Amino acid sequence: MTKYKAMIGLEMHCEINKTDTKVFSSAKNGYSSKSNEFIRPLDMAFPGTLPVVNKEAVRKALMASIILNCKQPEYLYFERKNYYYPDLPKGYQITQETKPAPIGVGGVLTYDCKDEEKTVRINNIHLEEDSASMDHFTKMSLIDYNRAGVPLLELVTEPDFRNSDEAVAFLETMRAIYQYAGISDADAKKGQIRCDVNVSIMDSDLDESNPENWGTKVEMKNVNSFGSVKETIDYEIARQIALKESGQYDEMEQQTRRWDDEAKETKYMRGKVDAIDYKYFIEPNIPKFKLTKEWIDEIKSSIPPLQRERKEKYVTEYGLKPYDAKILVKDRNVSDYFERVITSGIKPIDAVNWITTVILGAVNKLEISIDEFFITSDILAELIGLVDSGKISKNQAKNALYEAVQNEKNPLDIIEEQGMEQIQDESSLKEMVCTLLDEHPKEVDDYLNKGLTNVVNFFLGQVMKQTQGKANPAKTMELLKSELESRR
Amino acid sequence: MNYMEKSIEEIHKDLIEKKVTSQELVEESLKKSHEIQDKYNAFVTIIDEAKGVEVSDELLSGIPYGIKDNYSTKDILTTGSSNTLKNYVPFFTATSIKNLEAKGAVAVNKTVLDEFGMGGTGTTGHTGTVLNPWNPSRMCAGSSAGSACAVASGVYPYATGSDSGDSIRKPAAYCGIVGYKPTYGMISRYGLFAYASSLDHCGVLSRSVKDAAIVVDAMKGQDDMDMTSWDSSDIHLSESLDGKVSGKKLCYIGELCNVENYPQASDELKKHLENFKVALDKTKSLGIEVEEVSVDKKLLDLIASVYVVIAYAEATSNMSNMTGIPFGPREEADNYIDMIKNFRTKNFSSKIKRRFVIGSYVLQAENKERYFFNAQRVRRLLVDEWNRLFEQFDGVILPVGVGPAKHLDSSKDALNGDVRALDEHLQVGDFGGFPSITIPDGFVDGLPVGLNITGKCYDDANVLNIAYAIEGILGYKGQIAKEVGHD
Repeated sequence: MTKYKAMIGLEMHCEINKTDTKVFSSAKNGYSSKSNEFIRPLDMAFPGTLPVVNKEAVRKALMASIILNCKQPEYLYFERKNYYYPDLPKGYQITQETKPAPIGVGGVLTYDCKDEEKTVRINNIHLEEDSASMDHFTKMSLIDYNRAGVPLLELVTEPDFRNSDEAVAFLETMRAIYQYAGISDADAKKGQIRCDVNVSIMDSDLDESNPENWGTKVEMKNVNSFGSVKETIDYEIARQIALKESGQYDEMEQQTRRWDDEAKETKYMRGKVDAIDYKYFIEPNIPKFKLTKEWIDEIKSSIPPLQRERKEKYVTEYGLKPYDAKILVKDRNVSDYFERVITSGIKPIDAVNWITTVILGAVNKLEISIDEFFITSDILAELIGLVDSGKISKNQAKNALYEAVQNEKNPLDIIEEQGMEQIQDESSLKEMVCTLLDEHPKEVDDYLNKGLTNVVNFFLGQVMKQTQGKANPAKTMELLKSELESRR
Repeated sequence: MNYMEKSIEEIHKDLIEKKVTSQELVEESLKKSHEIQDKYNAFVTIIDEAKGVEVSDELLSGIPYGIKDNYSTKDILTTGSSNTLKNYVPFFTATSIKNLEAKGAVAVNKTVLDEFGMGGTGTTGHTGTVLNPWNPSRMCAGSSAGSACAVASGVYPYATGSDSGDSIRKPAAYCGIVGYKPTYGMISRYGLFAYASSLDHCGVLSRSVKDAAIVVDAMKGQDDMDMTSWDSSDIHLSESLDGKVSGKKLCYIGELCNVENYPQASDELKKHLENFKVALDKTKSLGIEVEEVSVDKKLLDLIASVYVVIAYAEATSNMSNMTGIPFGPREEADNYIDMIKNFRTKNFSSKIKRRFVIGSYVLQAENKERYFFNAQRVRRLLVDEWNRLFEQFDGVILPVGVGPAKHLDSSKDALNGDVRALDEHLQVGDFGGFPSITIPDGFVDGLPVGLNITGKCYDDANVLNIAYAIEGILGYKGQIAKEVGHD
C-alpha cells in the first residue's frame, strides 16, 4: 500500500425522520410495515399537485449544515433532477444538487479514528426528497410510496479518506451527529442511511494537492451498511492496485459500480459515456426563500449538546471512566436512557454499571434499540433505588433483572412476587437470632469457648435459610455478634 | 328566455327576484351545452347530473359555469384533453374550483383544450377540434378553446381558463369575448394540470370585464397548497371598477402596431391594425393618455423563441409523471422502460412529443447554456423592458394576434410576412406574471377581433378598471356569437 495512496470520498444519504410530515407533502413522515399508508396526492404525482416546503425539514438541514461548519446560502432554492424510474413518481426528484447553492457548502468536520483526530472537508450538504421503495420479485415489482418524499440529507465529502477505517469512523461520527442533533434516528436497518463510495488510487510520490494525480474515479452506488462500506473500499482498493500492478489501470475508464454483498465484490454498472444527463433546472413551484441571519443564529443556538460534549461531561462532571463514557455516548438513545436514570436521583456511577452490563447486553442480544426495550429507564431507576436504600440486595436485583429479561417481565413485579424485600425490622430479626442461639447450645459454646468465630457464618446461613434470603445480611451479622457476645 | 346570455349581475338579480330558479338555469345551460357540443365540439364532459342549488347573496350562487378540463375535479372525469388521462377521475378538486363551489357556482361541463394546454389552436385535444362559433371553418385558438367557444355561444356567462402563453387571451379575442389572467399567484394553481409551472396562470373567460372581475374575486386567494400564491385579500376587483380613468396613461409599441412595419400585410391585418387605432382614439376620448413607445425589434422578435425554450423545457419535466404506472391506462411490457415508452408513444399526440423533444434538447448539459439559460436571460430582459414601461404607464395596450380567428385549414390564411412578434407578444404577460386582459374591440370582415391591456404585477384592479372603461366606450360588451359565414 505504501506504493499507492487511496483517495476515498463518500456521499452519505440520511433520511430526516424527525419531522411530522414529508419534505414537500403533508403526508406523515414515518416508518410503517404497512405499504402505501402515508401518501398524499403529491407523493404519487397526481396531476395538479404542487410541492410545499416543510420548514422544519429546512431547519434540520440548516442545523446539519451549521454543525458541519458549512456556509449557508443567502437564498434557499430547489431544483429538479429529471430521470425516469418507477420509484420516482414525478419523473424528477426535487433536490439542490448544483446551482445556485445547496443548504451547506465548504464545511469541515473533525472525527476520531482509532483515538486519532482526523479532519474531512465537506464539499456540500443538500436537502432533497427520497424516492419510493421497491420490492422486486421474479415476475413483478411492487412499489411502496410511504418513503416517497421523505426528507433526505445528502452529504458529499472531498476525497479525504485514505482507508476504510477512516471512512467508517467518519460515518459513525455523522450518524451520532444526526442522532444527537435530533435530525434522524439514522438507523441503517430501516434504510435511513445509504452511501455511495468513491475510490481511486494514486502513486504515493505524486502531489496530492493536484486533482490530476488522483487517478480514475470509481463510484460504488447504494452501499447500505457501514460494514459493506468497509468491505467495498477494501475490495476496490485491492482491485485497483491489482490493475496497476498488471499494467491495466490506464485502460480503466471512469465508471459506476455496485457492491454485491453476496459475491463480496464490486460489479460494473455503467461507464462515463452512459452517465445520465439529469437536465437540472430550478424548481419553479418553490419561490426562492431568504435565509435570514436571525433564523440561522436561532438554529445555531438551539443545537443540543452533541456526542463529544456529552462524553466530556460524563467524565469530568460525573467522574465516569472514559471507556464507560464512550460506551454510553456511542448511541444517543443509550445516552438519553442513562440521563433519564440519573435524573431520578441515581448516582451516575451506579447507573453506568447497570446499563453497560445487564441492559446493553440484553438489548444487543435482542437486536433492538434501547428505546424499544421493555425495561424502561424508569424501571431501572426504581430497581437501583431499591438496592441503594437497602431494601433488596444487589444480588437480588441482578437476579430479578436477569429473570425479567428472560421472561420479558417487569423486574419490579418479580421482586414483589417472590417477596424479595429484605427484612429490616430489628426486633423480629433479634427474636429469630435469640431462638436460634437457644436451639444450638453446642455451636454457641464453640464460638464462646473454643474460639471458633466462623460459627457466626453458620448462624447467618440459618437466618437466611429461615427468611428465604430476605434478611438484611449486614444487620443480621451485627445482631448475631452482639447477642453471642452478650452470652459470654 | 336566454338567461345564460345575460351578465352575472343580471342573472343574480333574476334569481333573487325569483324570475328563474337555479335548477332552470342549469337545465338551460345543459341543453345549450349539448347543442354547442353537436355544432362546435367544445366539451370533453357535459355534467348532465348537475343540479341547481339554493341561491344566496353571493353573485355566483346558483349560476352555471364551465371548467377547462385541465382543472382537477373530484369524481368528475378530468382528461387534460389527452389520451394519457382519458379515463382519469381525480379524487381531489382544484383550489380555485373549490373557491367557486364555496360561492355556490354550479359546474355544468368540462371544456376542451389543446392537449395539456400545449397549443394555440384548439385542434389537438383527444376529442377533436373545437370550431369557432362565429365561423366554424375557423379556429377558436387555444388552449382554452372549449371555454371560449362556450362562453361566446351563451352556454353560461363564464368558464375557467388557463394561460401559459396566451391561452386565455388569444381565444377570447378570436371568439369576441373577455379573457383575463390575473397576476401570477393571485389564483392558486393547486389542481391545475401543470404545463409550464413558471408560466401557468389560472383565469377566466367571460363576456364582460365586470363578470371577469366577479369570477376572479371568487377564484383567488392565498393557498397553503401553492407556495407561489399570495395574499390578495385587500384586492376587491369588481368593487374597484368605477370607470374613473381620466389621467391614466397607456402606451402601445410602435414596432408592433404600425402598419408600415408590415410591408406584406394582408387586408385582414391592415383592417385589424386600423381598427385598433380607432379603439385607441376612443380610449383617448375617456381622458386616458395614449402614447407610442419604441421597443427594440430584436428583443420583440425573441419572444416566441423564449417561450418555446422555457415552456417546452418545463413541460418535458412536468409531464414526466405520465408513465402509466401510478395512474393512466398502464401499458404492459417486460420492463419498466418499455412500459413507460409504450404508454407515452401511444397516448401523447405527435405535437406534444415534438415539444418534449425540444424541451429535452434545450435542457441537455451541452445545450443548456446556449438555449435554456439564454432564454431565461432574454425573459428577464423582456420583463425588465415591460416593467420600465410600467414606471411611466398604467399599462401596455396592444392588438391581439394578426387579425380575426385563423382558418382551421392554414393554407387559407392570408400571408403577412414576418408578423411573429405581433402574434406572440401576449407571452410576455406570462413571462412577467403580469395582469393581462383581452377585450373585444370590433370586427374584421364580420369576425371579432380583440385588444389587450397588460399592467404591472399586483395592479390588477387598475388594469381591470381601465379595461372596464374602454369596454364601455367600445360597445362590444356581452356579445353572443352568431355564425356569420363558413369559408
